[in-house]
Amino acid sequence: MSIQLIGVRKAFGDKVILDGVSLEVREGETVAIVGFSGSGKSVLLKTIVGLLRPDAGQVLVDGQAVTELPRAELYALRRRVGYVFQFAALFDSMTVAENVAMGLRRIPGMGEAEVAARVEASLRLVDLEGYGSRYPAELSGGQRKRVGLARAIATRPKYVLYDEPTTGLDPVTTAVIDRLILRLREELGVTGVVITHNLESAYRVGDRIAMLHGGVIRFAGTPEEIRRARDPLVRAFVEGRPELAEGVV
Amino acid sequence: MLGSMRDGWTAPLAWVGRSAIDTAAGFGRFGSFAAGVLRAVPDVATWGRLVVQQMARLGVDSLPIALFIAAFTGIVLALQASYTFTGAMPLYFVGTLVGKTMLLELGPVLTGLALAGRVGANIAAELGTMKVTEQIDALETLAYDPLAYLVVPRVLAGLLMFPIVVAFADATGIVGGWLTALNLLDMSTPEFVRGLRLFFAPFDVRYSLIKAASFGLTVTAVGCFFGLTASGGAEGVGRATTRAVVASSMIILVLDAFWAVALL
Repeated sequence: MSIQLIGVRKAFGDKVILDGVSLEVREGETVAIVGFSGSGKSVLLKTIVGLLRPDAGQVLVDGQAVTELPRAELYALRRRVGYVFQFAALFDSMTVAENVAMGLRRIPGMGEAEVAARVEASLRLVDLEGYGSRYPAELSGGQRKRVGLARAIATRPKYVLYDEPTTGLDPVTTAVIDRLILRLREELGVTGVVITHNLESAYRVGDRIAMLHGGVIRFAGTPEEIRRARDPLVRAFVEGRPELAEGVV
Repeated sequence: MLGSMRDGWTAPLAWVGRSAIDTAAGFGRFGSFAAGVLRAVPDVATWGRLVVQQMARLGVDSLPIALFIAAFTGIVLALQASYTFTGAMPLYFVGTLVGKTMLLELGPVLTGLALAGRVGANIAAELGTMKVTEQIDALETLAYDPLAYLVVPRVLAGLLMFPIVVAFADATGIVGGWLTALNLLDMSTPEFVRGLRLFFAPFDVRYSLIKAASFGLTVTAVGCFFGLTASGGAEGVGRATTRAVVASSMIILVLDAFWAVALL
């Protein structure tokens, strides 16, 4: 089972963002999705968990069509998918521990002691032991992202979707977050989709890299394959040389 | 020449048409939101433990401002009644006017308008900020229905607490009027109470509380709606908050007239 996007189309008014995106994320792998700003990467991620509804096409998670699921089944599916937001999206009025516990409280039959143990384990996994009683306002940007990560993985999801997990972070913190993503794959066996602008990050965490451009997947391949790509637009992105993409649609 | 004249005529018409369509679309979105809230009500497991917390925030914390307004309203009512009745009617009618006006009109309406500012703005700003910082999306991904988690407890708290706050405001206004009559109008307590009881009907209290409950429903539901539909960062949150207060205040006044027609 896996995540499959088949001909996904999404427009906001007249502006077409996704114009028939097809992509498969296989079990156990991490796919990094790269692309220029405004290319629709975050929109693509949101369609996977049903936060946005595609105008056409299908999104399948474990063979279930996300757009056709009744609300209760959609929420059951979301319990299998962790989502790391670009700016962490922590609940300001709650402590770190309460934030991490939110998803756990939706698991039927899980008692308070088990919730507390799982919160502690999740914070340990992101190297934030002892931060449970702090509020989001008391954390640095990198710490907030790590709490967001802890919250996403607390329910031990099968899939984790990362929306620009390293944007705005310094290179050292970026490497720390990347190592965490790899550690989650190795220790918890999660299947991941990572949206990123940062090619170094994409090379580090991605088993495959897909480039989204013009509303479609312009390129998909291993890090080695994208380095050797001949498509001028892909090369322009990879090499940071906009002149290569001049005149290319 | 003719073309530019035609443009001059059509532009206002186009504006009116666009405004009408936007307004109709707004009502449609609110209808869809209200249907979603009703659908979320059976999800007691999500909202059950949050209602008491919201009752404290929306109700108990609003008491000081509501009582402050009511006390001064009672004082002014007593003084104005005395000024109006002097030489024309017995002074004990001051008690009648203070009691009737506080219960039927000023208690619920002034409290409703004050809480539209305090509670409605608070809800719209809080939920609007959550919306623009993706906290609402985060709730969704954690398998929470935002309508059940955020809206239902607030609306229920408003529905339950506004009548309680208004009951206290009514009582405070009457006490304010009584103390004024005693100290500034040379009236005695039996005189004031005689006037107060003269045309009193238990229905007046029910009327006051029914209005208060409808205002509580309005202020919280409208605040939640504008908060959850906020977009565009801090400016969008500010816009949503202003709209919530203006819309709630207008609906309160329309409801005020509606209840007068329907129940009096």
